[in-house]
Amino acid sequence: MTDSTYRIHGETGEWEVVIGLEVHAQITSNAKLFSGAATEFGAEPNSQVSLVDAAMPGMLPVPNRECIRQAVRTGMAIGAVINKWSRFDRKNYFYADNPQGYQISQLFHPLVGEGQIEISLDDKDPEANVKTIGIERIHVEQDAGKMMHDQHPSRSYVDLNRAGVALMEIVSKPDMRSPQEAGAYFAKLRAILRYVGSCDGNMDQGSMRADVNVSVRKPGAEFGTRTETKNVNSVRFVMQTVEIEARRQVEELEAGRRIVQETRLFDPDKGETRSMRSKEDAQDYRYFPDPDLLPLELEDAFLEECRASLPELPDAKRRRYESELGLSAYNAATLTADADTARWFEALLAESARVQKKGENEVARASANWLLSDLYGGLNRLGKGLDESPVSPEGGAELLALAADGTLSGPLAKQVFEIMLETGEPAGKIVEERGLKQTSDTGAIEAVIAEILAKNPGQLEQYRGGKEALFGFFVGQTMKAMAGKANPAVVNELLKKALAG
Amino acid sequence: MSDITDLGVAALRDGIRTSKFSAREVADAFIVKVSRAKALNAFIVETPEHAIAAATAADEAVAKGETLKPLAGVPLGMKDLFCTKGVQTTAASHILEGFKPVYESTVSQKLWDAGAGMLGKLNLDQFAMGSSNETSYFGNVISPWRRGGGDNAPLAPGGSSGGSSAAISARLVPGATGTDTGGSIRQPAAFTGISGIKPTYGRCSRWGVVAFASSLDQAGPMARDVKDCAILLENMAGFDAKDSTSLNLPVPKWEELLSGDLRGKKIGIPKEYRLDGTPAEILALWDRGIEWVKDAGAEIVEVSLPHTKYALPAYYIIAPAEASSNLARYDGVRYGLRELAEGQNLQGMYAATRAAGFGEEVKRRILIGTYVLSAGFYDAYFTQASKVRTLIARDFENAFAVCDLLLTPTAPSAAFALGDKSADPLAMYLNDVFTVPSSLAGLPAMSVPGGLDAGGLPLGLQIIGRPLDEQGVLNAGLAIEQRAGFTARPEQWW
Repeated sequence: MTDSTYRIHGETGEWEVVIGLEVHAQITSNAKLFSGAATEFGAEPNSQVSLVDAAMPGMLPVPNRECIRQAVRTGMAIGAVINKWSRFDRKNYFYADNPQGYQISQLFHPLVGEGQIEISLDDKDPEANVKTIGIERIHVEQDAGKMMHDQHPSRSYVDLNRAGVALMEIVSKPDMRSPQEAGAYFAKLRAILRYVGSCDGNMDQGSMRADVNVSVRKPGAEFGTRTETKNVNSVRFVMQTVEIEARRQVEELEAGRRIVQETRLFDPDKGETRSMRSKEDAQDYRYFPDPDLLPLELEDAFLEECRASLPELPDAKRRRYESELGLSAYNAATLTADADTARWFEALLAESARVQKKGENEVARASANWLLSDLYGGLNRLGKGLDESPVSPEGGAELLALAADGTLSGPLAKQVFEIMLETGEPAGKIVEERGLKQTSDTGAIEAVIAEILAKNPGQLEQYRGGKEALFGFFVGQTMKAMAGKANPAVVNELLKKALAG
Repeated sequence: MSDITDLGVAALRDGIRTSKFSAREVADAFIVKVSRAKALNAFIVETPEHAIAAATAADEAVAKGETLKPLAGVPLGMKDLFCTKGVQTTAASHILEGFKPVYESTVSQKLWDAGAGMLGKLNLDQFAMGSSNETSYFGNVISPWRRGGGDNAPLAPGGSSGGSSAAISARLVPGATGTDTGGSIRQPAAFTGISGIKPTYGRCSRWGVVAFASSLDQAGPMARDVKDCAILLENMAGFDAKDSTSLNLPVPKWEELLSGDLRGKKIGIPKEYRLDGTPAEILALWDRGIEWVKDAGAEIVEVSLPHTKYALPAYYIIAPAEASSNLARYDGVRYGLRELAEGQNLQGMYAATRAAGFGEEVKRRILIGTYVLSAGFYDAYFTQASKVRTLIARDFENAFAVCDLLLTPTAPSAAFALGDKSADPLAMYLNDVFTVPSSLAGLPAMSVPGGLDAGGLPLGLQIIGRPLDEQGVLNAGLAIEQRAGFTARPEQWW
């Protein structure tokens, strides 16, 4: 793809923005990185704290194999180098939510080395506008606890439930050049993590958050001084942060001031970024190898097991949907953008193929169209997500089968679906109990047609006089009289005959 | 039989097993001795009820004719660096004063599982930092030994396991746990005329042991003789999944395989340990040791450990660096001391708590450690020291290519008077000159008493072995013990 054309128009001309993201993703695991304590979200404060997490005297960390496995699988999913030898370091600093007085991380020798992610900026054609964003490294580290300053007038409280929870820090290269690219990268990364199952991607629960590094420069010039905006927790906010921070930097520079390397905070309410602390008062973290932990050495068998457990990833799935299922690029991209959607679709597809006794490729298009228009439309109206859908993939497959075998016309199918959404009842039952079956009974349809023709002599005369456009009028009248249950094909055929006189 | 407390671990174990005396008699005898020895200040906490409970269990097992546990009814002292469930664990610090863990260290648990009882928590240098037991918040431990000739100056029992060494040599306990980071088992053993072994790093779990320098800390036993050390070590060592640095290996039958026969063994004498200024008595003892191991059948070879002179500086960078980080958890937030004056913020609380809670030596090492890890100095100090450590380990590897064991003095002097060196930290650090190199290399090493100096104070000999060769170390220790005929004991003045 060609270079981004995103530019900030300042008084002194055009500016280019350079973006790198450090994403913290909580590893999906039942236990913390170095202790057996649980990691469930929303538990009572300090109810999930082991002796290790509370840094009691003499307590030692023991690495959780599952957390390492998930980080390795994530690395493999982005085509990264997996370092068979990595090491944990201590990052020393004092804070009440950091019980050990240090965070165990991997500054010097990360578990995962360089990899990359492809992003696309074109919804309609995901292959058209592709850019590769480099990933520098993924390292594993433990999260800190939480300070609560609003519980008591003069005291602060500490909740250590998160202390020791395993995080992946996924560090991109400064390869992004527009808010859109940053947003697309963040969204794509989230999709991959959710596919792999290494992070649930629940940004509102803090499972995934980004530190956004932004600098500006005249196009083609050296990198400028960057700032780091911490803990941005949605795709939209990442894009806003880039836009706002880049604009601010341009204004600073054009006013003859300097950009200070500092940590900033994004305030979505005020639409601004604010300084938290500057490099000058940065902590001296005093990193050194954690002497409680041996270096992590991975065996080939472990790596093989990780590789074998990887699912089909979004890009591969999208391409397969197009080539094997014959879906449009847009539909394939939409269905594969999120792991849950793809899973739902594949369940629907498998069930449809089973009940209709057809190949998946034969039922794919109808299934995709129904999911993306009918089901999504219905859920949107209800304000629900796919995971809360009152209609299951099995229910959808039954409905699609009834439409495919002619039991339901298109309009009838929509009607039945509305009732399914409302009541959660299966399609077959609704059709049976409410008599919503499409009829191809020629006798009944002929009787209705005869009645319509008799009631509308003027229109009949005009039609026979050559105004063929009135055909639709007669179809509509017939369908209406039959409460939508008539088979449209039969109606068409009989009408043509009757109108011909 | 004179006094039950004159018996060591093996004799007590066997006596209880053969009903020569009851475990309760043993416990009671030692409990009385402990209670009458306050002048030594060897204990921070006494736990007679614990020792009695273990004794009662042992006696019941004897009565029922059950197979006895390996240490059934043997009462021990526990260095107060080991967390003991429900019993105050302080690391001899003010900051942990009153702290009662809800958990038991793996090593102490293993000893209780083996049937041992606890007479109390033994005093030590604060956070195991010191070589004389003058840094404890709970006061100095006084060595039971005194120089002859009317010199009654209180002497250092060595450090940091000085409460352990004093209690054993004063016959308050038959054996005790120690921990060794740079010599903290071996040097006090040498100062008080007892035996002590630091096993290979990773043999004993560090879980539940208050950390000083994680990459060096290793628990080990201290007792009156080599066999007792072997017995205790067998019941302390073993793989622990809760310690990532623990070695996943079976525990050898050290006691069973104990033999003072050194035929076929080559014993190396490192020439760099012949330091200028070493007292003639120490050198003479070393020479005697060489004759003893020769007599036991060993062949003597001279070896070179060229990086020896860098060991102490490297140690006093690495150990404080790790300590500065390990001790960061004592911040007044969750447990232990908290100093919070009106209007103070979090930083103020940290500063006040740590200022009040840590002793001078601990603060000195935290500051050194913080300095050597800080940005801009890390490479010059910590990285360099880590390289030196690798070179020292290689020195030993090279030496062990031509010999099986090394024989050296344990310490460069006999016990000194309390206060003699406390004003000069560097002089104090020099005490560890012979013990630190093997600590940096993670090797098993032992001190056994070899004789007395002119003042009648004990001197120790050190045996260093290949990784995992505790058996070789113990065997050489036994060979020396058999020939040294060390029977001296402090005269009871307390």
